Amino acid sequence: MSFEYLDNYRNPAQVAELGRKINDLAGGLDRRIRLMEVCGGHTMAIHRFGLPSLLPANIELISGPGCPVCVTPPQYIDAAIEWGRESGGILTSFGDLYRVPGSEMSLEDAAALGLDVRIVYSPLDALRIAEQEAGEEVLFLGVGFETTAPTVAATLEIASQKPGALFRVMSAHKTMPRALRALVGVEEVSIDGFILPGHVSTIIGTGPYDFLADEFDVACCVTGFEPVDILNGILSLTEQCCKTSFFVDNQYGRAVRETGNEKAKKLMMRVFETCAGNWRGIGCIEGSGLEIRDSWADYRVPGPDPHDQTAGDPKCRCGEVLRGVLKPPECPLFAKGCHPEKPVGPCMVSSEGACAAYYKYQKLSD
Amino acid sequence: MKRIKLSHGSGGKLTHDLIAGTIRRYFDSPLLENLPDSASVDLHGCRAAFTTDSYVVDPVFFSGGDIGKLAVYGTVNDLAVSGSLPRFISCGLILETGFPQSELDKILFSMSEAAEAAGVDVVTGDTKVLPPGKVDKIYINTSGIGLYPKEASVPDGEICSGDKVLVTGPVGDHGAAVMACREGLNMESNVQSDCAPVTESARIILENSARVSFMRDVTRGGLATVLNEAVADKDVGIILQESGVPVRDGVRSISELLGIDPYYLACEGRIAAVVDAGHSGKVIEKLSGSISGGESVIIGEVSEKYAGKLVAETAFGTHRLLQMLSGEQLPRIC
Repeated sequence: MSFEYLDNYRNPAQVAELGRKINDLAGGLDRRIRLMEVCGGHTMAIHRFGLPSLLPANIELISGPGCPVCVTPPQYIDAAIEWGRESGGILTSFGDLYRVPGSEMSLEDAAALGLDVRIVYSPLDALRIAEQEAGEEVLFLGVGFETTAPTVAATLEIASQKPGALFRVMSAHKTMPRALRALVGVEEVSIDGFILPGHVSTIIGTGPYDFLADEFDVACCVTGFEPVDILNGILSLTEQCCKTSFFVDNQYGRAVRETGNEKAKKLMMRVFETCAGNWRGIGCIEGSGLEIRDSWADYRVPGPDPHDQTAGDPKCRCGEVLRGVLKPPECPLFAKGCHPEKPVGPCMVSSEGACAAYYKYQKLSD
Repeated sequence: MKRIKLSHGSGGKLTHDLIAGTIRRYFDSPLLENLPDSASVDLHGCRAAFTTDSYVVDPVFFSGGDIGKLAVYGTVNDLAVSGSLPRFISCGLILETGFPQSELDKILFSMSEAAEAAGVDVVTGDTKVLPPGKVDKIYINTSGIGLYPKEASVPDGEICSGDKVLVTGPVGDHGAAVMACREGLNMESNVQSDCAPVTESARIILENSARVSFMRDVTRGGLATVLNEAVADKDVGIILQESGVPVRDGVRSISELLGIDPYYLACEGRIAAVVDAGHSGKVIEKLSGSISGGESVIIGEVSEKYAGKLVAETAFGTHRLLQMLSGEQLPRIC
């Protein structure tokens, strides 16, 4: 990796200049604007680089539902543990999901009780385990948005060439645009602009977000994860709000095309079909989930019914955090009953969770 | 029923809780009070440092080292940063049935080389073999004894406003090297573990400053975790200049790829120390002529601002908190 390239997007002079421009523009606005960073990666980067302290008081950043682990409902964890107990097979998962609480316990708790749970870095690793442990069923916990789903689809296509491997997937994959439609209509949230997810957009492009600007008059900008990217995005959203002229801007041209990645989209839709998706905190959204097609049924372990809305811990307010209604420190459990090492809700577990970001980079009082 | 979870071994907050809340309840020697990496014991008038550590790194062989080298230097370094001169270590082997003899030979040869380089003798040991699957290839425990030179100064634990913070080389090499070699990542990388003895650097730091208030080898949990221990419960804090903390390009690549902060990646041959400002320049100058500390730099300062906290000043002039490692998963790094 060349760092000259990366350092261009972390150039202190450019960061200071963008900060000035945003302050000047927002100074001309006679109101407060609320911008939602949809993606958890953005939330982390914003706090890691201390960007809120460069912004004027009338620009408020709120975190959105774009952390796949955070929006995974407790029923999914329960179903995975149940599968492990009944089949005696091996569970494989990305590390982030390992400590997310289910209704009764997390995968980590279940592993301490003897369940075989292994952390992998890619679904291909899970497939490799299935090849090594021939005769044992290996379930990959498919959690993620349009960014992850094509890799899982590719892994299934490879798995179909390996008859000895008993590879399975329980899909909780979700797609972003319908969730944004569900959010933008909610009055309690009242969003003026969206910092749209960079990685998801590399797959789906910018087209699927057009409705946000066209139907709802909301400012939109797709951008990357470096300080210069994020501030360029915020500048674009502030400009759109000032001019009350809304469109989907793309400040991540080096990675995102208008039509996205056709090959990845086709691959994804060969294996998956859309279904109802259950979003923790938001509820069941029709057409926002991805289930494995019947033609791949041999590899499919059905997840929980997405319409099942029994809640987890009633004290946990991750749902409101995910909708942008509540900021993490406003939750009564934040940093009191709920810490990264003893999380009550998923937003405190995932490395991209809003609560984890606020906790890790807590405000510094002088 | 409460059970032990993987995160209890992370070296972060849960590990501390387990030690303080459970293990310490059964052992109450006054020497355990501040939970130092090595105990300072009195053997009939001769003061010695005594420590122990177990090594379970996966993979056993990694770029720049192996479990044997790590087992010697890890224990030697715990002794060295206490201000003692490491002298004797033990070698406890726990082996899995079926482990190749040739690999055991390689590991033992590497241990013997490391012991010679560190100036310690392996003087006792133990061997156990378990059935397949009951241990993963090989685990090693080493205990060590170091002797304090007469009249030598030792770190005093009292960091003061204005003191300078230094590190004896780029951080995160070991953690990144092990991660890169790990099955599943298959990363092309030229990062090598920094696994090396720090005895020489520790002597230079102690002998060239008026006051060393804190000195530790940076291991699991990385620079940020060690410096958090330096400020814990203190009425001063540390401000790190982020642009001044040395991180090799290869380590940065791996960190960016995995979304890990390099300040939390393990080292196995670096010291983080807090020394009086007046002598910090001289200490760095002396270190830069040494083998183990040639890339030493000042990375920050102790400040009355931010009591009890470790804070990084970014290149943009913004400040962010660096907490003790919590909740992140990098199991079996050492």
